[in-house]
Amino acid sequence: MAMAQHKIDLQAPELAPPAVSVEHLHVRFGGGQSEFTALKDVSVTIPKGALVTMIGPSGCGKSTLLRCIADLVPVSDGTISVLGQTPRKAREGRDFAFVFQEATLLPWRSVLDNVRLPLEVGRRADTAAYADPERLLALVGLQGREKALPHELSGGQRQRVAIARALISRPRILLMDEPFGALDEITRDKLNEELLRIWKETGTTIVFVTHSIPEAVFLGEHVLMLAAHPGRVKAYIKVDLPTERTLAIRDTVEFIRITAHLRRLLEEC
Amino acid sequence: MTDTLHSVAPTARAGMEPAVRRALRANRLLAPVADHMPAILAIAGCVMLWQLVVWAFSVPTFMAPSPIAVLSAFRENGVILWNNLLPTLLEAAMGFVSGNLVAILLAVWFVYSPLAERAFYPIAVIIKSIPIIALAPILVLLVGNGIAPKIIIAGLISFFPTLVNMVQGLKSASPAMLDLMRVLSASNAEIFWKVRLPASLPFLFAALKIAATSSVMGAIVAEWIGSSYGLGALIIEATYNFRSPLLYATVVIAAALAVILFFVVAIVEKKVVRWKPGNHG
Repeated sequence: MAMAQHKIDLQAPELAPPAVSVEHLHVRFGGGQSEFTALKDVSVTIPKGALVTMIGPSGCGKSTLLRCIADLVPVSDGTISVLGQTPRKAREGRDFAFVFQEATLLPWRSVLDNVRLPLEVGRRADTAAYADPERLLALVGLQGREKALPHELSGGQRQRVAIARALISRPRILLMDEPFGALDEITRDKLNEELLRIWKETGTTIVFVTHSIPEAVFLGEHVLMLAAHPGRVKAYIKVDLPTERTLAIRDTVEFIRITAHLRRLLEEC
Repeated sequence: MTDTLHSVAPTARAGMEPAVRRALRANRLLAPVADHMPAILAIAGCVMLWQLVVWAFSVPTFMAPSPIAVLSAFRENGVILWNNLLPTLLEAAMGFVSGNLVAILLAVWFVYSPLAERAFYPIAVIIKSIPIIALAPILVLLVGNGIAPKIIIAGLISFFPTLVNMVQGLKSASPAMLDLMRVLSASNAEIFWKVRLPASLPFLFAALKIAATSSVMGAIVAEWIGSSYGLGALIIEATYNFRSPLLYATVVIAAALAVILFFVVAIVEKKVVRWKPGNHG
């Protein structure tokens, strides 16, 4: 059956559902007089295997959009489809994983037990297909720290544990909400490079929210820019840079041209 | 480099001279003593000062016995003290367990039912604000003069700090942590056992340490109201008979009991709470 599915993919790619498809999404918070429109008529399609970064001024609803996809915020109007299903179904099937701004590790659990948490809770379909926690820790560069407690790690290391935990269910989509926003710049650069490597190794679709233009351009194949009050799509830009990227690419004229363009767009928001 | 360190360390330990090992063990035993040396010296100084004041001003023994008189009271009344310590320990321990158990269960209920919290939290505060010494005669009228009123008072005194802390502890899980559990489609029971309960443990132990000492106090106060046994009864009896050295010895025993219970809880805490509270990764 898997093969037949594969065949359809090859012959008619337009039949395969995209990773995420958002159509005419409205999100309103509160009710009556205090009603507040967080997102207004947002439509966007994220193809499978893509790495899309999301950027915008604060209050533009980029986190809200990500949390709607993750079934953490209810949709007021419009539809979201995650791999052709409702966000709820996708959540229950562990089709996506979420990485928060804080690492949100359980402080009383060792690094290894934190990574194993998704194996222990929820309606876990087919845990036999899950990744090996020890190998994931090696993938994020934390081999040998399995027994450490979160408070013994640095902020960057904690976030690596959170990424390993997110990858354990082999999610087809990784939703990341400013995961490196609280880290220092050197750690952040390093994790950016490693995220690109993980993306290539796993083939996971990644949606990455950030408030840093250089980070958005460095990571993204596409950059989705939202404008604020109310939150809406301002631009959806393909980043014209080679897919093999190292930090040095940020010094190229092309990179600077793209960031300058985005900065101008952001100022209009 | 780490490899070399790992392989060198065990050989070094195995090849250690027995004398060196003994010295290391002695050092490990003596280190805490050295740590507490200032406190030990200060206490010894206070006791010596007390002895000197009693000697210098010829204070009568019934008014304030000297430390030496208290020491001999220990020797002369060893059996009496021991026989009265056990019931108080039993009452305090049973009160501690039952009071804290009720508080923990109530806290769980409050966290899952805001209506219950709104309805019964004020009642808990009202009960808490009744002076425990005024409650004792009422309880004697209600449940008789046996062990029951003592356990209830020791329990009540343990109950309130644990209730307050446990409610706070169960609510201490961060919103991001709860979001994570939702993304993982965790059930409420899983969220309780995997997140809320472990997160509450530092809060719980802070309350248990208070409860450990105050439950001893509760049991003693309850014994003052017409009891013929226990440290509380012994305090009353020694006072009325002007047996001041025995009175002081009883007070020292009561304090020691409270301190021991405190340290028992602290040791359990050290085993259970190995992470740093307030640091949620």
